Amino acid sequence: MVARPVPFATDPIGPGEPTPITITVNGSSVTGVLGQTLAGVMIAADVLAWRTTRRRGRPRGAFCGIGVCFDCVVDVNGQRDVRACQRRAASGDVVETPTSAASGDQ
Amino acid sequence: MTPDVLVIGAGPAGLAAALAARRVGAVVVLLDASDYVGGQYWRHLPVTRPARNQSVLHHGWSNFSAMRDELESDPRCEIVTGAHVVAIDGSGVHVLVGESDGTGRERRVIRAGAVVLATGAFDRVLPVPGWDLPGVFTAGGAQALAKGERVVVGERVVVAGAGPFLLPVAASLYQAGCRVLGVYEASRTSRLLRHWLARPWELLGTPDKVGELAHYASGQLRGRVPYHAGRAVTAIHGESRVTAVTVSALDSSWKPLAGTERTIEVDAVCLGHGFTPRLELAIAAGCRLTRDRFVEVDADLRTSVASYFAAGEITGIGGVDLALAEGAIAGHVAAGGAPTDVVLHRARRARNALGRFAARLASAHAIGPNWSTWLDPSTIICRCEEVTFGDLLSVSRASRATGLRSLKLLSRAGLGPCQGRVCGRTVESLLEARAPGGHLSGDATMDRRPIATPIRLGELATWFDGPDSPDESLR
Repeated sequence: MVARPVPFATDPIGPGEPTPITITVNGSSVTGVLGQTLAGVMIAADVLAWRTTRRRGRPRGAFCGIGVCFDCVVDVNGQRDVRACQRRAASGDVVETPTSAASGDQ
Repeated sequence: MTPDVLVIGAGPAGLAAALAARRVGAVVVLLDASDYVGGQYWRHLPVTRPARNQSVLHHGWSNFSAMRDELESDPRCEIVTGAHVVAIDGSGVHVLVGESDGTGRERRVIRAGAVVLATGAFDRVLPVPGWDLPGVFTAGGAQALAKGERVVVGERVVVAGAGPFLLPVAASLYQAGCRVLGVYEASRTSRLLRHWLARPWELLGTPDKVGELAHYASGQLRGRVPYHAGRAVTAIHGESRVTAVTVSALDSSWKPLAGTERTIEVDAVCLGHGFTPRLELAIAAGCRLTRDRFVEVDADLRTSVASYFAAGEITGIGGVDLALAEGAIAGHVAAGGAPTDVVLHRARRARNALGRFAARLASAHAIGPNWSTWLDPSTIICRCEEVTFGDLLSVSRASRATGLRSLKLLSRAGLGPCQGRVCGRTVESLLEARAPGGHLSGDATMDRRPIATPIRLGELATWFDGPDSPDESLR
């Protein structure tokens, strides 16, 4: 496990018991914690890339983490081009990453 | 409510501005795009995942929670989170309230007696071969994940770039359980010492700031995280994700020194070479910028546009204490308080001392002119449009165009979804260096963005269906 959540039981900031949530990313289940963003859920599961770029087919995930760079865009529950680092995840969210995401058409 | 003072951005500067304006009796509306206040500096776990002791991750947490609590319990301050400011024009400040990139958000047009812009800044990252690989993050992004989500981006991590901000980032990652293999500061020790130790009496006014940095350097990180000055990550390796970096020693112009390369196996890289101010709203409002591209303000934080004030990182990168001081002055004066009021003395003293301190940091960590020698032709410069350094070079060689606008259109650099936020200043400087006489023609810059935040065509279409008088009628 490389990218991962900070284990809550020994976390010095003393978070409450986490509420698990499960989302679907391109058909696979990924489990995270309530309060995380979609990007946070995926990175905590060591998923660092979730789309491929349009021109060169290169893998991309999150880069800036604060909504500036648009690298992390996904489709969520049918809504297109949502920045995964800016959207809190909800249980049952269906995330899809067609290669057309972030196509620059906005 | 129609506010006397509208504050845009609820980080340190915005919170201080809102409080100061309330203390003069103004009715205040405070907007932030996030779903809680605090800005990037006080990123924390959200209310859906409360933690007992967030303060261990933060400087000034008790000050933050006191400011937040006071504003939240104040009926004459309306805090609007999830507030995405789309545009500023003659009819007011146009806001969509709801989820980021959501649909069907509530539209508001707010007219206020005065506006305080406190939109902050984001990491500037210089391109490096391989920086588009998954596992490469901005330093601020990695810290945001650690502080705001309790997620670490890797096990073996390096932090590289320039500036004092690398230290708190390394500390956040270390505290969250990463092995931080090194902090690589591009500026060389001689330069750091020359600028840090020049005129030491100036530091007397800034004990908190010096203490904070000393705390990172000596306490939290010493003996646990090696700090290397005069070194940079000059290449990042991997196929589908980062597996290693090359670290090189740099000369004083940031040119890598041949023969000094060392490869380190890592699974994440955090990069930051200073900050870029978020200027789009200030530009939309018509505020004049300084030569080094911050919002120009006077001693009372007035911009060049009547009734518009600016505070915090958009007036110059200075850190939290300077942002708090500027916010306090801006909010007070924006609310009609006298600029000479005694209550501002402390903030004014702090601003003077901290402003000098910030200038020192800026020169100590200034980007070296020859950093681009670590690029190769296949290095991505514009991440959105995947424009390489080679693409930019050939456009600049082949085209007779010397204006930024034409060169952007020809190369497509800066035309993707981020609208040049990530690559803009890099593209400008790379093209400038190759333009005749070292200057691009015209006065276009990458900072101008008519729509400040992305908006869906559907929402844009309904934009014009709303009632045509602003304020109350829209709610």
